Amino acid sequence: MTDTIVHAPIPDQSEGHHTSTGLSNEKLAMWAFLGSECLLFGGLISVFLIYRNKPVGVGPKVSQIYDIPFTSVSSFVLLMSSLTMVLALAGIQRGDHRRARIWILTTAALGATFVAGQVYEFTSFVREGLGYTTNLQSSAFYTLTGFHGVHVTIGIIMLLSLYTLSLRGNLPTEKAETVEIVGLYWHFVDVVWILIFTVVYLIHP
Amino acid sequence: MAIAAHEETVHGSGHAHPSDLQYVYVALFLGVVTGAEIVLGYRHPNALIIGSLLTLMVIKFATVALWFMHLRFDSLLFRRFFLTGILLAAGVYIAIMMTAFQFFGNDTTSVPLNKIPPPARITR
Repeated sequence: MTDTIVHAPIPDQSEGHHTSTGLSNEKLAMWAFLGSECLLFGGLISVFLIYRNKPVGVGPKVSQIYDIPFTSVSSFVLLMSSLTMVLALAGIQRGDHRRARIWILTTAALGATFVAGQVYEFTSFVREGLGYTTNLQSSAFYTLTGFHGVHVTIGIIMLLSLYTLSLRGNLPTEKAETVEIVGLYWHFVDVVWILIFTVVYLIHP
Repeated sequence: MAIAAHEETVHGSGHAHPSDLQYVYVALFLGVVTGAEIVLGYRHPNALIIGSLLTLMVIKFATVALWFMHLRFDSLLFRRFFLTGILLAAGVYIAIMMTAFQFFGNDTTSVPLNKIPPPARITR
């Protein structure tokens, strides 16, 4: 009788956690957080789109000094970091901790490359005469891409924490969900950049 | 039996996640779409090009969310949470753009301060 209850297929209880929803609370919290993050970036992208078409007055327009080939490479790097992240999760779920650690470190390295590229881009823009307070358009641009860069940096810190945990043996296969939750955050940062890359860099008047 | 049931709940069951090779294929697809985006980005931005770029953006977004974020395999509740956030964000965008009366085109509503005509003088 007990066996029948335990093994009965229950819809929407995909992970079979002992919670009222049958789902992991931590994972649910991360999805709720990501939903709220959509609003943050939605607002920032909207503000940039408003000021993009306004006359700038002082300084160059952001679209005049874009380095599209450079940003394309950065975008590709971030996109590939999503692949390494998901391979890290697959590794830890299989119990292949060594490989999982390699992929986690690779993801962090790719993220660091992206952030370094963003720092280089900001520096070259400032040299071109486009500072944070030069005009409203530049303020909106730096705020949007800067916020995204901060998110990537936080993601790198979380990845390095996971690496340290795994190295100390504190990240067994049973705790693979921790990697999955950090992975969700990382992929979200990636999808936000997919929006920014198209809307901010590729589509400009 | 209890141990088996416990293992089932901890590791999850009923979800055949993609293999590593499938993930690589998905990443290759994303790379190809990004390449197409970059090629289109160098073209003159007319309505067709902008429409194509937005379509490719949505395809990339959905691919990462469905495959890498496992929304394709996970609970429907997670998908609802994320979709709610996206819809609210789209609502914010539409509200702000309606306030400014502009979407992707040039802003034609704002008038520079030096172009505003002086108020008419009232003569009795």
